[in-house]
Amino acid sequence: MIRAALIAPAALLALTTPAAAQDMVIINATLVTGDGSEPVENSVVVVDDGKITYAGPQANAGSFDTNIVIDVQGKWVTPGIFSSMTSLGLWDVSGVSEGNDAAAGTSRFGAALDVVPALNPASQRVAVSRAAGLTRASIYSSPAKSIFGGQGAIVDLGDDPDMLVQPRAFQMVTLGERGARIAGGSRTASFAELASALREGREIASGRRNAEDSHLSREDAQAVSAVLSGEHALYVSVNRASDIRAVLRLKQSYPKLRLVLVEVAEGWLVAEDIAAAGVPVITNPMSDLPDSFEALAATQSNVGRMVKAGVKVAIGALDGATDNQPRYATQFAGNLVGLQKVPGATGLSWGQAFAAISSVPAEIAGFGGKFGVLKPGAAGDVVIWDGDPLELSSAPVKVFIDGREQSLSSHQTRLRDRYRNLDESQLPMGYRR
Amino acid sequence: MALKIARTLALAGGVLALAACTADGDTTGVKSASATAAPQVTDTPYPSTYSPYPGVPTALVGATVYDGAGGVIPGGTVLFADGKVEAVGLNLPTTGYQVIDGTGKFVTPGIIDVHSHLGDYPTPSVPAHSDGNEATDPTTPEVWAEHSVWPQDPGFSRALANGGVTALQILPGSANLMGGRSATLKNVPSRTVQGMKFPGAPYGMKMACGENPKRVYGGKGRMPSTRMGNFAVNRQTWLDAHAYLAEENPDRDLAKETLAGVLKGEILVHNHCYRADEMALVMDMAKEMGYRVTAFHHAVEAYKIGDLLRENDVCSAIWADWSGFKMESYDGIPENAALLQKAGACVIIHSDNANGIQRLNQEAAKAQAAGKRMGIDIADAEVIRWLTLNAAKAMGVDAMTGSLETGKMADLVLWNGDPLSVYSRPEKVWIDGALMFDSSDPKHRPVSDFELGQPGEGDVK
Repeated sequence: MIRAALIAPAALLALTTPAAAQDMVIINATLVTGDGSEPVENSVVVVDDGKITYAGPQANAGSFDTNIVIDVQGKWVTPGIFSSMTSLGLWDVSGVSEGNDAAAGTSRFGAALDVVPALNPASQRVAVSRAAGLTRASIYSSPAKSIFGGQGAIVDLGDDPDMLVQPRAFQMVTLGERGARIAGGSRTASFAELASALREGREIASGRRNAEDSHLSREDAQAVSAVLSGEHALYVSVNRASDIRAVLRLKQSYPKLRLVLVEVAEGWLVAEDIAAAGVPVITNPMSDLPDSFEALAATQSNVGRMVKAGVKVAIGALDGATDNQPRYATQFAGNLVGLQKVPGATGLSWGQAFAAISSVPAEIAGFGGKFGVLKPGAAGDVVIWDGDPLELSSAPVKVFIDGREQSLSSHQTRLRDRYRNLDESQLPMGYRR
Repeated sequence: MALKIARTLALAGGVLALAACTADGDTTGVKSASATAAPQVTDTPYPSTYSPYPGVPTALVGATVYDGAGGVIPGGTVLFADGKVEAVGLNLPTTGYQVIDGTGKFVTPGIIDVHSHLGDYPTPSVPAHSDGNEATDPTTPEVWAEHSVWPQDPGFSRALANGGVTALQILPGSANLMGGRSATLKNVPSRTVQGMKFPGAPYGMKMACGENPKRVYGGKGRMPSTRMGNFAVNRQTWLDAHAYLAEENPDRDLAKETLAGVLKGEILVHNHCYRADEMALVMDMAKEMGYRVTAFHHAVEAYKIGDLLRENDVCSAIWADWSGFKMESYDGIPENAALLQKAGACVIIHSDNANGIQRLNQEAAKAQAAGKRMGIDIADAEVIRWLTLNAAKAMGVDAMTGSLETGKMADLVLWNGDPLSVYSRPEKVWIDGALMFDSSDPKHRPVSDFELGQPGEGDVK
């Protein structure tokens, strides 16, 4: 039984700021732990000092001292969604280039670019994503002038000034058609560029940088050296089956590389190879059109087939404001569940699909067991939903990050409230807030 | 298209001098045509060659039937034969029909997308395929989208199989104030665009407000470079069209013929317009110039003027929840559709997107849910209307399709579950009573020429 030391909410509010970490117990939850298992009813989640201390069946819960008991009356309780490979906080309006820091198209730097100083937790895209249950993300810098995009970071999406969790967690490089165009018009150029950069990274790491024989700036070479040593993961954007194989072969020459494949439209064609190499994948699962000659085999079954072959796959690479919004993660995961009913398609079980937007992306980001799961020791990133979180009709009713309840309001909710009715008989809309 | 504009290659300058010929504005007959060189003038050039494919009399029994007009029949029966809906009701006799058990499943009219660029921005999305914006002049009412549509665009089959789309309007892009005529198509595989053209559908004309035209032409150092410039060019163009209409025997002028068609109410205006204040101005421009706006497309701020839109009887074709991709989309909110519905205005969920067209049902469901969370309850059957009858109405084909009513085209989808659930997909799709997609039969999954012999050919996609 739960021994809940209840304090009147008003008194509690007087004692704490709204953003203070809460010790709390959530009871009567339909619990999703995020580890791939299916939901379990009549469950309990305990958060203490911003961390999960228990998540499981009510029957095994024991007793806890707590300030707050939230009876969710059967609602779904999940870890926060982890958005892999996105650009939240780097722009307000993607098409307003003045404020868009997602790519540095005319910079003289490439690998050295670092998203950290550009991060803006007050971006509305962060707010609307948080309201959709997203609590953590990996933020990348998009390759533009160099095949290297720069150093990405792991962040939280809280309504506070500090979104940084881990700076310089990974490096981004694009190969395939995009990389070829950047590097000089051919895949031959992008692979030459990559080999040359890795050589320079090795030389600078061993103190043998020869400035006269260098194409990269000192800063870029240093960033590449962190990839060579395995300190930073290398996220490689690639789609065509042959390109995927070429990337996997890099491990033979550079064994310390921690590769992550991104996009991977034709991954299912080489799923066995990807699995054998132990390289994880981050992909938009809904790509099913031959957008280019490197995505001819694109299909919504891509994720299911790769997972079946043993590849660790995160749903991600959702970084826009149109048909690829980060907040579509739950919808897209739900689509993969729906594919199970389509003859000839390969989908995911519900538990697998949810893991693909929670624990799996967290593991790929290096935060396995910390984010994207509800289990002892994990961050208190908890979302309470008004229904099945993968269903179109559902939305979060409460979002906690590190045990702190988050604001779910945004520019959008304020507009909604202002225009709830159009009566201006007393004063114009401009006074309504 | 929201973003994909101005990708056309710069054309060599110069306009082909047309051989002299004259025709009256309504193109009902040739007047003073020269004996040898005059082009044929017909009511319907490039006429539809589509005719329904064979079907068998079919009874869908036991499914939840949404009729597209706001009605629902749990456990209903839908009978269709000879390409037409014969009856929709409860416990109808099915003797003589192939009976398909729909227990636990759902039937809707075929999904209709009022805003697509399939065929004119086909995949693969290479520059050689960029045929949606004649971005060489701010007003190009003379271009016809059907002359750009590539029927082998693999996107058509995705829209059919994953989205249950049976009819769609292909619009020119939004680089121009007046982008040209739309093409309304049946979503059937075809060797030619004529084989897809929806028989009897009126033309639409694409117009665009706001950022795109002023950016494209301002960037070229020419008018319009501002919103006021947009209006000035539009108004003068309408005045010129009126002058053309007033001429007794004008020379043929393709641009003016389209504009005259609008002024006579034969061609429907589909106006890309994001901001509420601009939509209000456009509705006044339409009054000033004597035409009607059928629908505002991408109307992300429509919720701010639901009353005006209702009073002017203009539909809003919208995404469920796109916002923040360009300045004029910044105030988009997921409650847009629900607020419009509450105001009594016409709502259409559109795609403008080769991915979105595969899940218009899901977009509608999200818009419905956003409304519910703010206390606006909209019945499922009403929501289905947003992507069926309302779209048909805006395309001028609602007398023929868009709802399951006796005598209408048997365009329908059997869903394997609730179409407003993320877990549901089309199981079978009929167009004019012919089975055009069957999820359990690979032989009823069309494959475009482009995909033959390539990786993934015939896959479930």
